[in-house]
Amino acid sequence: MNVHHHSYDAVIVGAGGAGLRAAIETAGKCRTAVITKLYPTRSHTGAAQGGMCAALANVEEDSWEWHLFDTVKGGDFLVDQPAAEIMCREAIDAVIELEHFGLPFNRTPEGKIDQRRFGGHTRNHGEAPVMRACYSADRTGHMILQTLFQQCVARDVNFFNEFQVLDIAFVEEAGQKRVAGVVAYELSTGDLHVFNTKAVLFATGGFGKMFKVSSNAHTLTGDGPGLLYRRGIPLQDMEFFQFHPTGIYKLGILLSEAARGEGGILRNSDGERFMERYAPTVKDLAPRDMVARAIQTEILEGRGIGPNKDAVHLDLTHLPPDFIDAKLPDITDFVRTYQGIEPKSDPIPIQPTAHYAMGGIPTNVDGEVVIDADWTVFPGLYAAGECACVSVHGANRLGTNSLLDIVVFGKRGGRAMAQFVADASMPELPKGVEDDLRSRIERLKAGTGRESVAAVRSELQEDMQDNCLVFRNAEGLAKVHKTIDELKVRYNEVSIQDKGEIFNYDLTEALELGYLIDLAEAMVISAEARPESRGGHFRTDYPDRDDVNWMKHTLVNRGDDGSVNLSYKDVIGGAYEPIERKY
Amino acid sequence: MAGSHSTTATASSASAPQSTAVEVELKVKRYNPETDKKPHWQTFHVMVEPTDRVLDALHEAKWKFDGTLTFRRSCAHGVCGSDAMVINGANTLACQPLIKDVGTSITVEPIRGLPVIKDLVVDMEPFFAQYRAVLPYLINTDDPGYKERYQSAEDRERFDDTTKCILCAACTTSCPVYWGNTNYVGPAAIVNAHRFIFDSRDQASEQRLDILNQRSGVWKCRTAFNCSEACPRGIKVTQAIEEVKRAILYDRV
Repeated sequence: MNVHHHSYDAVIVGAGGAGLRAAIETAGKCRTAVITKLYPTRSHTGAAQGGMCAALANVEEDSWEWHLFDTVKGGDFLVDQPAAEIMCREAIDAVIELEHFGLPFNRTPEGKIDQRRFGGHTRNHGEAPVMRACYSADRTGHMILQTLFQQCVARDVNFFNEFQVLDIAFVEEAGQKRVAGVVAYELSTGDLHVFNTKAVLFATGGFGKMFKVSSNAHTLTGDGPGLLYRRGIPLQDMEFFQFHPTGIYKLGILLSEAARGEGGILRNSDGERFMERYAPTVKDLAPRDMVARAIQTEILEGRGIGPNKDAVHLDLTHLPPDFIDAKLPDITDFVRTYQGIEPKSDPIPIQPTAHYAMGGIPTNVDGEVVIDADWTVFPGLYAAGECACVSVHGANRLGTNSLLDIVVFGKRGGRAMAQFVADASMPELPKGVEDDLRSRIERLKAGTGRESVAAVRSELQEDMQDNCLVFRNAEGLAKVHKTIDELKVRYNEVSIQDKGEIFNYDLTEALELGYLIDLAEAMVISAEARPESRGGHFRTDYPDRDDVNWMKHTLVNRGDDGSVNLSYKDVIGGAYEPIERKY
Repeated sequence: MAGSHSTTATASSASAPQSTAVEVELKVKRYNPETDKKPHWQTFHVMVEPTDRVLDALHEAKWKFDGTLTFRRSCAHGVCGSDAMVINGANTLACQPLIKDVGTSITVEPIRGLPVIKDLVVDMEPFFAQYRAVLPYLINTDDPGYKERYQSAEDRERFDDTTKCILCAACTTSCPVYWGNTNYVGPAAIVNAHRFIFDSRDQASEQRLDILNQRSGVWKCRTAFNCSEACPRGIKVTQAIEEVKRAILYDRV
């Protein structure tokens, strides 16, 4: 295995929205390498559909304070309010900047950026849905990804495409640990690349492939949080995972909340608009956690549709056909392609789909990774986007706030990193930082065990699907915990068939599965330890929110011996005190 | 293809198929640079649902029979552009066609015109170099100030079709001209130039039209329409190329 050495002031890992926005920020300020296991335009930011909220008030009255209130309430009061305030205030500039970058937003008749309704976004603290989501048909994420990539091309950003970062090196200087480099695997050659650097920003996205029915790409395996977790960096709020209400039945492909923002209605087997019972004011535009639970409740109470009664209908048939073509062209195409249904005339079978990790690598508002409850910064380590936890989404992210998060905190993280490296020295990288990864690869290639990656992975996905989904309880969590313990043992018996060097995805899938198992364990242990229901974490054995004891963030640490330890960190409050979450 | 040989892997009792599952004969053109002198065909017999994607059949072959089978993929629903392939002779994304629509006898080959690296993986670098050559980013040197620039809904609509491109290379590698002359920038690069040439906010149309007026540019197009048929996003690629040609000849936009 050849080893190559590089030296950069800064490294960005991942080239979706957050990584690309950070790269735009460091361009011209410091020598930066952007490392991605895909090509940048393959990143899953491109799959985001509905929009990006900002209180531009282009269509109706709005204010960033209302946006903040909605974000805090939508997050079930686990949001750190100063961070969410920054996001909601800077949203306005972020949208305008994207327009200046060339993003082709839909326009109002006067030529302004058009805005639409979205779940949980309301006027004046919950009065009624508000038009806040700036959008480009139902391919807003695609446009953001393309536009940011275009701007990176314009700035001649230095990409290492199809290089997979699989380890990080820290060094100790004057009694303090700092980042010194990352180790990457080059897919086209099988060579290892050691990047000596002053700072690294992780922007590797989510890890929704631990569930069977998921809107996530095959490649969303949590490599960034996974490798940091193994090196002793804590993960925050891992029990909070979002299940998007409207995934295509069985496939999990996302059907944007914009479908409901534009007037789509959820119906049960009786044809009833059941959200009227769960959220009388905003109905189908309640936050995602509530809608997902409502759907599951309808199914559990026998009002599901289809032969197995395990889905409900998303009904667009009352919307004018031209309107559907103009506002929702892609998702209606997905329905035609994958379900063979014409959504203009027939309702669409949907079910909740694993969608988004609210938790992740803990950071402050400048993207600096913080490693304990005292907000201690780890020098040179940054994270942004879905892999990070700022925490602006709390226990449940509002629709559109992820696109906002990646742009706002990608920029802030990139800017902070560029400032940091301007004053920092290049750390001395010890010899052999690639040894651990090399031995992991050699072990997998030499393995003669009888386990296959596909079998272990599908057991993980099925058990997580059955026991760690919209509704959870102690019994189910204990069951999946036990499964994970078994899968950890079986993972050591995995062998792969491809022993080659060139484009060995057999090998990288095995390495990725290791991270998925670790992150699933972190999620399940964090979920078992939280005896309350809040946002995306709903315990049927503890159905109430417990603000007295549990309005706090979970930190999960993994010891060198593989032991998992939990600790907690205060939520930073603000203007909005916890209230009952009614919509 | 001449000189190819064929190997076969057949389903044992790997997993009990559901009642609706069908057996698919999946014939894949394979090439491993570390072991093969030339490409060869391999046939897999896999059990998949009629509503599964061709990508699912490829996964079934890789995960159940042969881990060395190599292809790119990510989103699996036609928006990331990783898995452009030639399926039953036509360029498409492996994650779009369903088994019930393509039948139970399926051939899969790498896209043509880009160097094959391994199995269905081709070298995408020449493709992205051609994309970069057309200045694929908004150029406008005016200070837009603090507010958004206004753009009428009609002006926005003018370039809507070409904003949908996902850079999968299905169009470019379906083009017979491109197969014969890879100096041609190809349909995808022209689509991405069109996206900015016809954006009322952009100021560099002249530059892009000059680039596309060169010998490697739009005049290589012979209007075969393969590109439009291949586009998994339904972009009217040939029409976009024609509009660029007309802009060079008459309008200069």
